[in-house]
Amino acid sequence: MATPVNRRRPRVGDGRLTRTVILGLVLITTAVALIAPLAVIFAEAFARGFGAYGEALARPDTLHAIGLTLVTALVCVPVNVAFGIAAAWAVTKFTFPGRNLLLAVVELPFSISPIVAGVAYLFVFGGQGLFGPFLQAHDIKIVFALPGIILASLFVTAPFVVRELVPLMMAQGRDEEEAAVSLGATGFDVLRLVTLPNVRFALLYGAALCNARVMGEFGAVSVVSGNIRGQTSTLPLQIELLYQDSHVLAAFAAATVLAGVALFTLVAKYLIERAERAREEGQPARRPGH
Amino acid sequence: MPRLSLAAPAAGLARRSVIPGFRLALGITLLYLAFIVLLPIAALMLKAADVGFARYIAIITSPRTLASFQVTLTTAAIAALFNAVYGLGLAWVLVRYDFPGKRLLDAMVDVPFALPTAVAGLALATLFAKNGWFGAPLAQWGIQVAYAPAGIVCAMAFTSIPFVVRTVQPVLEDMEPELEEAAATLGARDLTIFRRVIFPTLFPAFLAGTSLAFARSLGEFGAVVFIAGNQPFRTEIVALLTFIRLDEYDYAAAAAIAVTMLALAFLMLLVVNLVQAWHQRSALGEG
Repeated sequence: MATPVNRRRPRVGDGRLTRTVILGLVLITTAVALIAPLAVIFAEAFARGFGAYGEALARPDTLHAIGLTLVTALVCVPVNVAFGIAAAWAVTKFTFPGRNLLLAVVELPFSISPIVAGVAYLFVFGGQGLFGPFLQAHDIKIVFALPGIILASLFVTAPFVVRELVPLMMAQGRDEEEAAVSLGATGFDVLRLVTLPNVRFALLYGAALCNARVMGEFGAVSVVSGNIRGQTSTLPLQIELLYQDSHVLAAFAAATVLAGVALFTLVAKYLIERAERAREEGQPARRPGH
Repeated sequence: MPRLSLAAPAAGLARRSVIPGFRLALGITLLYLAFIVLLPIAALMLKAADVGFARYIAIITSPRTLASFQVTLTTAAIAALFNAVYGLGLAWVLVRYDFPGKRLLDAMVDVPFALPTAVAGLALATLFAKNGWFGAPLAQWGIQVAYAPAGIVCAMAFTSIPFVVRTVQPVLEDMEPELEEAAATLGARDLTIFRRVIFPTLFPAFLAGTSLAFARSLGEFGAVVFIAGNQPFRTEIVALLTFIRLDEYDYAAAAAIAVTMLALAFLMLLVVNLVQAWHQRSALGEG
């Protein structure tokens, strides 16, 4: 930032020409690589006016896909929030061997291609899979149905809440929880009244990220769902089906819904970071080292 | 994107905690990880082991599989190279310069992580189509991006933009001005100071970010399938070939290719962790 202290003497790259060239190149690249893709979605979706947009969005198959995506998110986000809290609680409030290994396993889904994840789930629950014969014998459908979509989405988004909570809960330490326990609070009360209020912004942001990714997951879901038209196509799969069928306007109309979720997530991030900063400034003693 | 890791526990912390809920929390965590994360990975490995060594080699060395690996590795490398340069530039601009819209630009960097890959693929395919905003002028120059390897590069580059920026940015922010100033007093010119003083300090973070971008591009699927055209031997990536083998009920081939991708992901994970350990050591050495 341009604090006068830092500007005492010009630093590397502060020359007028250097600055103009670097800033110019970066901004032009950003316009091409980041802004244009976002802009073209809305430009195409509204190319024939709001009426056409509404009609293109209100196709029964698209509405069904939106519903399926919402149901998936309604299951996956709370489950991964609960998992995130449990994992972060275990890892940050206690010391035990293998904590770093545990965190590495938590982060594994980030490193694995969604396609590989989908294939792996197929080999657990599919007809050729580990549990395939058992599931078939009992007439339980997981793959090519909603449970498969939910399971694959859970895999892909498992790390999101944990990775937001762990650094913060680590920094906050255990003193407050230990004080609450010594005053006679039960474990559940400590979690509800002490720990969670302290991390509420990180928890919210983790949930928002998890939600955006669940709603937008394509690769893993396209493998396990079978992408059956009007049945197991979630919103991202529906966009691909529409695009393949040359219903370009309908594809872009559906895309605006997911782009809207993405933009909402980024705005939420911005607001949460601002609230976090405000809180830190209000209570400077809370988080040493920040 | 630094990976999560915990500092070694301070001496006093190893005692038993008075906080309750350890067994419950750890139990839930282990059970969930075993069922959701480890079970599918184990199932994939078992399935691949069933294929048998000779057949595995035959599948992986078949011309079409090899071609898909070549396409994927080449395009991912070019995309990572683009992001290395652009990401370094973005981080530099965000830390060193003040200009209107800086906060907005900083927020925009996360768009590729928040935007679903299918939406990104749809947008890029439209931009680079023959009559698209970029495709039309490029076509006049005889350059084809959509349905060509260049399109794959675009899709991979877009989806991995944030990695280099977000790893380099904090290191650049923490850099003390004194070193630069000392070099400047000694008469070094900007480019020399950047090359000799600034870039070496950034390098571990820069390399970690670039490796993360490369690893992500290797596995990217959603954005690529929209724009690639998906022609075998020319624009077919490994992830898509896996998908096609499944569609053909060729489960052995799907398992063999998927487990190879998994091994590649683990290898990249190892590389990134080694680079990041080096990064942390060099950061500590400076403090």
